[in-house]
Amino acid sequence: MSEVTTGTFTPKPGSAPLPRQVIAQALMEAKLMLRNGEQLLLAVVIPVMVLIGGVTAGNAIDLDLGTDRPLVDLLTPGVLALAIMSTSFTSLAIATGFERRYGVIKRLGASPLPRIGLLAGKVLALGCVQLVQLFVIGAVGQLLGWTPAAGFGTVLAFFLAIAMGTLAFASLGLFVAGVLRAEATLAAANLIYLLLLAGGAVVLPLTAYGSFGDVARWLPSGALGEAVRTAFLDGVPAWRDLGVLLIWALLGSTLTARTFKWE
Amino acid sequence: MTYGDKTAVDGLSLSVASGSITAVLGPNGAGKTTTLETCEGYRRPQQGTVRVLGLDPIADRKRLLPRIGVMLQGQGAWSGVRAMEMLRHIARLHAHPLDIDLLAERLGLGECGRTPYRRLSGGQQQRLGLAMALVGRPELVFVDEPTAGMDPQGRRTTWELLRELRADGVTVVLTTHYLEEAEELADQVHIIDRGRMIASGTPLELTRGPGNGMSATATVRLVVTKPFPPGARDSLREALGEDTEVILLDERSMRVTGRADPTTLAKVSRWCEENDVLPESLTLGRRSLEDVFLDLTGGLTLTDGVEHV
Repeated sequence: MSEVTTGTFTPKPGSAPLPRQVIAQALMEAKLMLRNGEQLLLAVVIPVMVLIGGVTAGNAIDLDLGTDRPLVDLLTPGVLALAIMSTSFTSLAIATGFERRYGVIKRLGASPLPRIGLLAGKVLALGCVQLVQLFVIGAVGQLLGWTPAAGFGTVLAFFLAIAMGTLAFASLGLFVAGVLRAEATLAAANLIYLLLLAGGAVVLPLTAYGSFGDVARWLPSGALGEAVRTAFLDGVPAWRDLGVLLIWALLGSTLTARTFKWE
Repeated sequence: MTYGDKTAVDGLSLSVASGSITAVLGPNGAGKTTTLETCEGYRRPQQGTVRVLGLDPIADRKRLLPRIGVMLQGQGAWSGVRAMEMLRHIARLHAHPLDIDLLAERLGLGECGRTPYRRLSGGQQQRLGLAMALVGRPELVFVDEPTAGMDPQGRRTTWELLRELRADGVTVVLTTHYLEEAEELADQVHIIDRGRMIASGTPLELTRGPGNGMSATATVRLVVTKPFPPGARDSLREALGEDTEVILLDERSMRVTGRADPTTLAKVSRWCEENDVLPESLTLGRRSLEDVFLDLTGGLTLTDGVEHV
């Protein structure tokens, strides 16, 4: 062994503190999500188009949704709920599906980042993206004349809705990503998103669906939509809808825990 | 540091000295990756025990992971991530990472620029994989086929780097199916085939001769200009006598191993004359790792395109 020791690679192993690892993971995932064109389309562009299109067209044809609230006050919370759903469910499922495919999760499995840290990083990354969505959609809503209920109750109720909605949809998204191949996840996550967008009472209130509204309120999309609408229209938490989301979250977590494979 | 008895493969038992380079050599499907992944804690051994740095890769995973570096066989990065972003990310998960710019320079990652991972060349992806394995300043690195898909220059750079790691006190365990790589780098070579260890030792021990004591073994390589006539193998063996073994490597080359004496080369030469074949090269020399491998696996070659000169 004639090599000269430079000491460059002298071992000095160690993990970064867990919070630092989680933040690094969250920022990395959020950055990749916001840089990806398709993900950005799903996260921001489509919700904004739905909001502008819905409010303009609805006002033009004098759309009746069965309530006397201004259309923009109904649609903006609905679109925020849609954005939360698209990020927590569709984006997360697709990203995770391809992470499995490309061996990213396997690679990270050999790093100091523990699985709980990876999961926490993912949730935090969703939060970062949702913050961007809230900012953009809220601003567009304001321009269209949105006047949300003011006060602490609104903030609390909205926070609870985001938290429960994210838990429910993220656990379901991970379930899909865990059982299907990456391409199938891509297709399924987009299809489910479109179906829920059209018929899931997320953007439009339950009252717009007639008798189907009784079914839709038990869907995670309907529950999230109602929870966000109640927060901004009435400034109070919609406990019943939050309960429905909790049930979906428990269901999704159980399914994911039983089926998810990290590789 | 021992890997004790490891049966995820098939009764494989090997141990690795710290501060050394160990090569696990074998053809595709021999169980090299399985062996490594069991050490890395990805697979649970069905029987036997594995200890890495004195720790159980499954039960003590949390304590073990920061201390080892892992280079997987291909992939392991987000498709849209840039090389330096990925390296920086892995660095941030560690307490005392290497300077990533220095590492990038050593491995020529600067050329990757803003190109997303999916559009990097195979060699670039390999070099990034190696950088990710090293950035946390591990005591022990597992590198799975580190130079597969690299150009000759990349391969040289990688070898230099692995030697430097050893000089700095890092233990390196690598798998490869390049004999040359094992011969160049390794302090210890373990040859496995179909999940079983078939030979191990230093490259010198392995190439010195089969078994113990039979030191007067020579290897003669004969390459001719046109295909051998039928029955050439048997007639050459007859000409050389009992103690030799003749293997037809392909239609234009043969390898003779056995007891050498001053007449051996002359005999082969005369045989050529009698059989009207023109030698392109006729050499006498020490066995290479490739010869060892051919002997052990009964003529099975490691890769399809092995050259015989």
